[in-house]
Amino acid sequence: MYPKDLKYDKEHEWVKVDGDVAIIGISDFAQDQLGEVVYVDLPSVGDEVAAGESFGEIESVKSVSELFSPLTGEIVEVNDALGDAPETVNEDAYGDGWMLKIKMADAAEVDELMSAEEYEAFIAEEA
Amino acid sequence: MRFIPVSCEQRETMLHAVGARTVDELFEVIPASVRLARPLALPPGMSEIDLAAEIEALAASNTGGLVSFLGGGCYDHYVPAIVDDVVSKPEFFTAYTPYQPEISQGTLQAIYEYQSMICALTGMDVANASMYDGATAFVEAALMAARVTKRHRVVVSAAVHPEWRAVLDTYAESGMIEVVTCPAEWGTTDHAALAALATDAAAILVASPSFLGCVEDVAAIGTLAHDAGALLVVAANPILLGVMEAPGVLGADIVVGEGQPLGNAMSFGGPGFGFFACREQFIRQMPGRIAGRTKDVDGRQGFVLTMQTREQHIRREKATSNICSNHALNALAAGVYLASVGTVGLEGIGRACIAKAHYLRDALIATGNFSAVSDAPFGNEFALRYDGDVGAMQHALLERGFLAGVDLSRFGDEFAGMVLFAVTEKRTRAQMDRFIGEVVSL
Amino acid sequence: MSEHMKREAVARPLIFEIGSPESRCVDAPALDVPDVDLGVVLGSGARSRAVRLPHVTEIEIARHYQHLASVNFGVDSGFYPLGSCTMKYNPRIDEWASRLPGFAGIHPYQPVETVQGALGLMHGLQEALGEISGLPAVSLQPAAGAHGELTALMAIREYHVANGDARKRVIIPDTAHGTNPATVAMCGYSVTQVPSNDRGGVDLVALQAALDTDVAALMLTNPNTLGLFDENIAEITGMVHAVGALAYCDGANLNAILGKVRPGDMGFDAMHINLHKTFATPHGGGGPGAGPVCVNEMLAEFLPGPVVVKDADGTFTLTTPARSIGRVKAFLGNFGVLVRAYTYIRALGAEGVTEVAEQAVLSANYLKERLRGAFDLAYDRTCMHEFVLSGERQRKQHGVRTLDMAKRLLDHGVHPPTVYFPLLVHEAIMIEPTETESLEVLDEFVDAMLAIAREVEEDPEMLHEAPYTTPVRRLDEAAAVKQPDLAWKPAE
Repeated sequence: MYPKDLKYDKEHEWVKVDGDVAIIGISDFAQDQLGEVVYVDLPSVGDEVAAGESFGEIESVKSVSELFSPLTGEIVEVNDALGDAPETVNEDAYGDGWMLKIKMADAAEVDELMSAEEYEAFIAEEA
Repeated sequence: MRFIPVSCEQRETMLHAVGARTVDELFEVIPASVRLARPLALPPGMSEIDLAAEIEALAASNTGGLVSFLGGGCYDHYVPAIVDDVVSKPEFFTAYTPYQPEISQGTLQAIYEYQSMICALTGMDVANASMYDGATAFVEAALMAARVTKRHRVVVSAAVHPEWRAVLDTYAESGMIEVVTCPAEWGTTDHAALAALATDAAAILVASPSFLGCVEDVAAIGTLAHDAGALLVVAANPILLGVMEAPGVLGADIVVGEGQPLGNAMSFGGPGFGFFACREQFIRQMPGRIAGRTKDVDGRQGFVLTMQTREQHIRREKATSNICSNHALNALAAGVYLASVGTVGLEGIGRACIAKAHYLRDALIATGNFSAVSDAPFGNEFALRYDGDVGAMQHALLERGFLAGVDLSRFGDEFAGMVLFAVTEKRTRAQMDRFIGEVVSL
Repeated sequence: MSEHMKREAVARPLIFEIGSPESRCVDAPALDVPDVDLGVVLGSGARSRAVRLPHVTEIEIARHYQHLASVNFGVDSGFYPLGSCTMKYNPRIDEWASRLPGFAGIHPYQPVETVQGALGLMHGLQEALGEISGLPAVSLQPAAGAHGELTALMAIREYHVANGDARKRVIIPDTAHGTNPATVAMCGYSVTQVPSNDRGGVDLVALQAALDTDVAALMLTNPNTLGLFDENIAEITGMVHAVGALAYCDGANLNAILGKVRPGDMGFDAMHINLHKTFATPHGGGGPGAGPVCVNEMLAEFLPGPVVVKDADGTFTLTTPARSIGRVKAFLGNFGVLVRAYTYIRALGAEGVTEVAEQAVLSANYLKERLRGAFDLAYDRTCMHEFVLSGERQRKQHGVRTLDMAKRLLDHGVHPPTVYFPLLVHEAIMIEPTETESLEVLDEFVDAMLAIAREVEEDPEMLHEAPYTTPVRRLDEAAAVKQPDLAWKPAE
């Protein structure tokens, strides 16, 4: 449920670090809470995002949630496939359901994020 | 009269179950300091028979039987008998918004069909389930254009209905948009002025026919708008769209209008409905309800309200609009109307309105008492200048059973001496000839 | 309860898919003036391609819409306890009145001397709503509740601006309808939300903390969307006024307090009234309604124009208030709806109007008592015209959600209550019976709810699939969003 090689934030995004690039998506817990995802609104390549700020929106049939960036950086790739198949977020939250790749401005921000164990405890506490 | 089917004995049973001795106990939660300590100062209730007589007398005190040439956004068109029959079905008119699609397929399919008809008329990809009226749909189009283009300023033609422009100004007070008015020359927009104002505009908003009945060169205005990166919003009269070009074909991005002419009574100006249609790529910025077709768990065709995340009950302060209703029953009437007249009937009705309006205009000018305001092409409505006191003329003709057009001075001094005449398919040549005769005899 | 609707063997075709190209219903009249060449008259504005509309004969139209009616549920079909929507019976005398030619056939630009009956009716309605609300200045122009909210908030903004006082924020409680924050945004204000206290009312400490001279208004529904009357109302409006802000009442729940307490007397400065809730005008499948705005003398001059006034000689005229915000709609408002509401109020009279509130509140409390064992009560207090249950117990113990129970009610021929609102109650079920339901109907509803509560315990899986007997079953709403099919298009 919570892959060990990822980091998590309190808004239920996950981060996978690959050199100076971070891949960002939402956790399996988050997709389950949302229900069937029908639309994902993502920014464009080249946009800057800041840690803690909204970078887009994700919608189920009857809810809208903002997506918050766990890290600061420049967007280098966006998962355009989610436009035609937003349900991929439900089906493969940690894989094909990824959302952004950003070039990190400050790799130290990653250290502020939760580990899989910490995130699991965080969810248990919230529920 | 009362509409409460609970007997005194049953009321006692209910009080007992609730654990209260009197109904007043249930209201004790309301502090005495604010409670109303006297009966409401309203007239006493009435039996249905007495009430019917009183209401009928009130209705009858409005002058009836007048031959009307009034328009200006509300028109005396024929309403087929089947229309009122359908909208009188209690399953339609006593229903709420179809939020439970399993038991609301009637409303939902009717809306879907209505949306389809509006798309066909306007040449647009998608239409919403209707709005309050033409004026508010027009405002919503301006607000939507600002969201789509991320620009702030909209340019509205001075040839648009003054009341619609007034509503736009009222909404713009919020600061969400800035409204700039483009001058018009007696019913048609000044293209040169428009070109200058279009830069950085979110939208150019025009009406065709315009308030004074003139047909605008929509295609040229569209080019002008698009060259500036602005959207083109066109307000249309739907009953003329059987004969007038679909605004979508002419380059409109959003088409709105007042739907009353389609099967709805004038009813002193409301309720009619606003129709709202746009190009598919803007759909997520569209205000209002939308019905869509889908399937149920057994694979059966069914309809739902869709793309609801745009709306206030989900997105709250970030919604595309605060609108929470559509004029479903009026839109239903329009759907039945359009099904009744069909392609051929709508074309014939549009043609009849235009032919009769041309007949009346020529005849009025021929009396020598009226002169042309504009030589622009027009449809069912036209403005003329009266050579004399408009008020006195209208009063004299009222005495003879005619509503002799709208005295345009009510919309400002620039219109002094001008009268707006509308002619529907219901007006006969005999009525118009009699009217001309009375004008001549003034 | 209602007769169950028939399940369909095959889907009803669209109206575009029936009839033949020769089918005709209503033709244009014979042309009795010279024809025109549309290409000449309209030039490039002439239609290039015929509009594809349905081609049907009258019997096909009659049967099509009769069928659609048969798969639609209205108040006349059965019990409709939709919280906050006041789905009461729509008296037919009101419908009849609105269709009288003297009302339905008049034009908004007719000379006022020819429409004295209509203006007199509007004036009478203004007076009645002013008396009922305790806020004597009334605009009948707004077309709906949300439109009324916007109108009133604009008047409030104009009042502040006139005082040279540009304020920025509007406070709403966490129980507010979604229209409230959306309206605030459309008015150019930002929203400050305040929480409820443990009795379901406004938390006074939080309110005090949120109040300062930047606040333009508080928007409040009282009784609120939990169906509870906020006993601190006088204190609340006093606190709001103390910082120079105004108090706005969302009139959605007026049915509960008719003749008992008036928003003006609670300290509200402005409110809207949903004629389609409290005053029995039909909801029409989503509209039209009407949302008149009532304000106190201080705000009267800011109301949108025109309003109806009675001159010294007894004639009625239209006028625009001195510092009006302007127009919010073309013409005079949804007059046809106003006729229905006026007729309703005249039928009931002062006594009848008050009885409405009494029975609405009694019926709601009766249902609350009957259902309290089987479901959790969000707030265990005397309620007003509605109350909120929570399906949290059913969810936690049996994995059955409120949505499932609501859908199961459809199999009982009942329109479900409002669900998942207000937002602060988990698995909320909001029930408003209205005054026009008999004890027999209320008891049948209780039986249905109790039967479902038993099913939750005995066969929770079955509920996930409900309903079973409706014309269609649960619809694929996700597909409807992802592959939008919003209009029929002819094959190219």
